[in-house]
Amino acid sequence: MTINDTEVSADVEPRTLLVHFIREQASLKGTNIGCDSSSCGACTVHLNGESVKSCTVLAVQADEQEVTTIEGLADGETLHPMQEAFRDCHALQCGYCTPGMVMAAISLLDEIPKPTELEVREGLEGNLCRCTGYHNIVKAVLQASGSES
Amino acid sequence: MIPAAFDYQRADSKEQVISLLKEHGDDAKILAGGHSLIPLMKYRLAAPGILVDVGRIEELSYVREEGDYLAIGALTRHREIETNELVLANSGLLAAATKQVGDPQVRHRGTIGGALAHGDPASDIPSAALALRASFIIEGPSGEREVGADDFFTGFLETALEPEELLTEIRVPKLPNSKWSFQKFNRRAQDWAIVGASVLIADNQCGVGLVNMDFKPIRAASLEEAIENGASAEEASQLAADGLEPPSDLNASTEYRSHLARVLTKRGLQESGK
Ligand SMILES: Cc1cc2nc3c(=O)[nH]c(=O)nc-3n(C[C@H](O)[C@H](O)[C@H](O)COP(=O)(O)OP(=O)(O)OC[C@H]3O[C@@H](n4cnc5c(N)ncnc54)[C@H](O)[C@@H]3O)c2cc1C
Ligand code: FES
Ligand code: FES
Repeated sequence: MTINDTEVSADVEPRTLLVHFIREQASLKGTNIGCDSSSCGACTVHLNGESVKSCTVLAVQADEQEVTTIEGLADGETLHPMQEAFRDCHALQCGYCTPGMVMAAISLLDEIPKPTELEVREGLEGNLCRCTGYHNIVKAVLQASGSES
Repeated sequence: MIPAAFDYQRADSKEQVISLLKEHGDDAKILAGGHSLIPLMKYRLAAPGILVDVGRIEELSYVREEGDYLAIGALTRHREIETNELVLANSGLLAAATKQVGDPQVRHRGTIGGALAHGDPASDIPSAALALRASFIIEGPSGEREVGADDFFTGFLETALEPEELLTEIRVPKLPNSKWSFQKFNRRAQDWAIVGASVLIADNQCGVGLVNMDFKPIRAASLEEAIENGASAEEASQLAADGLEPPSDLNASTEYRSHLARVLTKRGLQESGK
């Protein structure tokens, strides 16, 4: 498969989960495992441009497909606008949920470029944050969309 | 959590799926979006010997107009259904129920065929299929057959599908002028329904499918009949749990579920103009 525009290939057992493939075979540790049971969204990555929970996808299902992780967003030293907005709005505290949250938020704006606050909240319902109370996360996503400062 | 070891085969066509299923029999399971099956395998509640991955069979992902019904390929993903113009125009109830499934990540992967073939009474999609009187096209070694929604759901996680068969298409009557409502009661945003109801009113026909109100996806048949005989929403909704045996669990008792069914169907009927 291609991860962040780099070809990665390995022989894996069919039961290998995509999140383990990303963290162990590709050595990209930005994608976190929270609940390991499809609930928390910490493991969210993009599969062919859409957000998915990589703890609930088999690595073989992503064979020959394109995966993007949090490491694939920044262009050198230049952060992705969503990362920039999260920083600006203090949209993280411990940061554990952040990679998944950012990936989910980018996929959301691909589908709804100018969301309302409610649409942001609904669009991020698959991502749990135990620290921030979500307020600043929603603010960051709205800022990144240009809907509100 | 990692599933027990299994073999994996990716199929490129319907014919290949059926021949793989025939070869491996009970030991094989179809993998579509994997969003019911992979969690079960991680918890080791399921341990198939071989997975037949149908996820890339493009010919089974479509929404088409065919006379008086919409033909929906079994591998069409939830996200496509909730945003598809034909579905929104002709079967708003199905789009609304689909939009309530899990969260965006789940809807990017899960398929309509997987949600129906799983036969889960807690799932939102079967309730809409029942209310809409959808039918299912099933293909197997001995050819193709069509099964109505009422005959498709046979038990807890059991359907009319035989181990060697593949669900290929869902046929949903086109009802552009119907009134409908999807009601889902849960405690947290992304949760499954504690109880849910799909309500459809089209001319004199009433369809009400229930979520989590029996051991299988089921219609509120007495309620439907009452509406068709002229009862008000208030009166008819009293019959929502008639003859049903809703489960009792940590979220709700049998009595509370019956109460929720009455409240939700009443709201649904009122929103549908009754
Ligand atoms: C976190 C989370 C939350 C969810 N919340 C909800 C919710 O609120 N409401 C809801 O309704 N659903 C919910 N779901 C389930 C979701 O809708 C699943 O996508 C769906 O139930 C299964 O579809 P799938 O394509 O992923 O099927 P899979 O998991 O691939 O398959 C499910 C079963 O169906 C069989 N199967 C699949 N396709 C076919 C076919 N074409 N022919 C024959 N057999 C087939 C498989 O062998 C398997 O037994 C949730 C799932 C998750 C992970
Ligand atoms: S680790 Fe995948 S959803 Fe929580
Ligand atoms: S910042 Fe700690 S979980 Fe979200």
